[in-house]
Amino acid sequence: MNVSDLLMPYVGPAFVILFFGSMVVFAILGRKSAGKYLREIPAFTKLRHAVGLAVEAGTRLHVSLGRGNMISSSSASAVMGITILERVARAASISDRPPVATSGDPVVALLSQDTMRRAYRFIGADTRFDPSSAQLAGVTPFSYAAGTLSVVQDSQVSANVLVGHFGSEVALITDAAERNGVLTIAGTDDVSGQAVLYATAEETLIGEELFAGGAYLGAGSLHTASLRVQDIFRWLLVAAILGGAALKMVGIL
Amino acid sequence: MKLRAPFSTIVAVLSGLVVLGGYFFPQFLGEVRVTMLRWAVVMTAFALLAGVYNLLSVHIRKMQREKNAYSGILLISFVVALGFVLVSGPTGPWALWMAQYVQVPLEASMFAVLAVVLAYASARLLYRRTNLLAVVFVVTTLVVLMGMAPLYLFPEVQWMQGARNLVTQVLAVGGARGILLGVALGVVATGLRVLMGADRPYEG
Repeated sequence: MNVSDLLMPYVGPAFVILFFGSMVVFAILGRKSAGKYLREIPAFTKLRHAVGLAVEAGTRLHVSLGRGNMISSSSASAVMGITILERVARAASISDRPPVATSGDPVVALLSQDTMRRAYRFIGADTRFDPSSAQLAGVTPFSYAAGTLSVVQDSQVSANVLVGHFGSEVALITDAAERNGVLTIAGTDDVSGQAVLYATAEETLIGEELFAGGAYLGAGSLHTASLRVQDIFRWLLVAAILGGAALKMVGIL
Repeated sequence: MKLRAPFSTIVAVLSGLVVLGGYFFPQFLGEVRVTMLRWAVVMTAFALLAGVYNLLSVHIRKMQREKNAYSGILLISFVVALGFVLVSGPTGPWALWMAQYVQVPLEASMFAVLAVVLAYASARLLYRRTNLLAVVFVVTTLVVLMGMAPLYLFPEVQWMQGARNLVTQVLAVGGARGILLGVALGVVATGLRVLMGADRPYEG
């Protein structure tokens, strides 16, 4: 057994511990400047405007959390969708027509219902909470798309926020939104879904921008800290890949 | 039963740590991880029942309030499908007939519509975003399509297939890996925030 085989089991835990430690350090250091110095992402700027407009005009925001579930690799995008739903619901629940959430997984649907209830409690309007404002649209890709279409085509919806795990079926949803002349902001962790969204949605969140939602919507210093740590680790990965390629070229690896 | 914030957070964080530990140290926590994941799968099945209840209640309300015909069709379809499965079993002939002659054709039709929607959206992209990236997107799509589709009236164009291979096997793979690395870092950050109790998608 060589040295790399001996070290390999410890690489994962070391990576997680380093990532965790960096997040804690940056969260403590950046408590007062959380949310500052972030580059502009047009999708989040438009989302903030859309929330304001919905409250003023008494229209509805639709947040769709995709088909991701909580027991697979797509759970992180579902959690991110729920974080964004909470921020949107807290800000827009005072509108005449409160936000509505759709999802393609029963557990995510229950969590989105819970999130909406929490948002109403936060603004002190528990009685206004309607359980049907968080809906399970369908459990297969196309049934989910078909179920979501009925919400997108509602004339009272002024913006659609699609954040979660989507495949190519998301084009049916974004196309319907565009036909209604409604703003669509969308992001997914699926590569083919991202290509489809780039072609069909008005504002697309590319790659890790999806996971920056909490920092841009003021969810706390830990969100901003995790963005900084992601940036640092991205550069480390780039250096490791280029370094590895260079070492391979000269025959060392 | 309603779990209060500190208790539910502690349970969630500890469960997450044990499952994560099970991946890194399978000799110590591997069994516990597998057992906890099995519990999660069983609970997901129960959540499906709650999801069905949610779906039905939303559409019953829509039918009552808005006289929505589509909601009526959904409810009738649900009752018929449930009846078929109860009578013949989930793998019985009636249930299979319904899947084969109703669900599969319907989803295939939507897939066909999707192809048209995507082609139309790609063409419309140049109207909506008049920038270099949109032009690159559309040109790349055309190169890949023409490299793959049979051109009946023309002889085989070797350079087009070479261009398609370059795009799909080199450029697209490199770009997709870059995006996936970014997504993976985002996933790690989100997971750690959940383990720290900063992101709590559950009541608490």
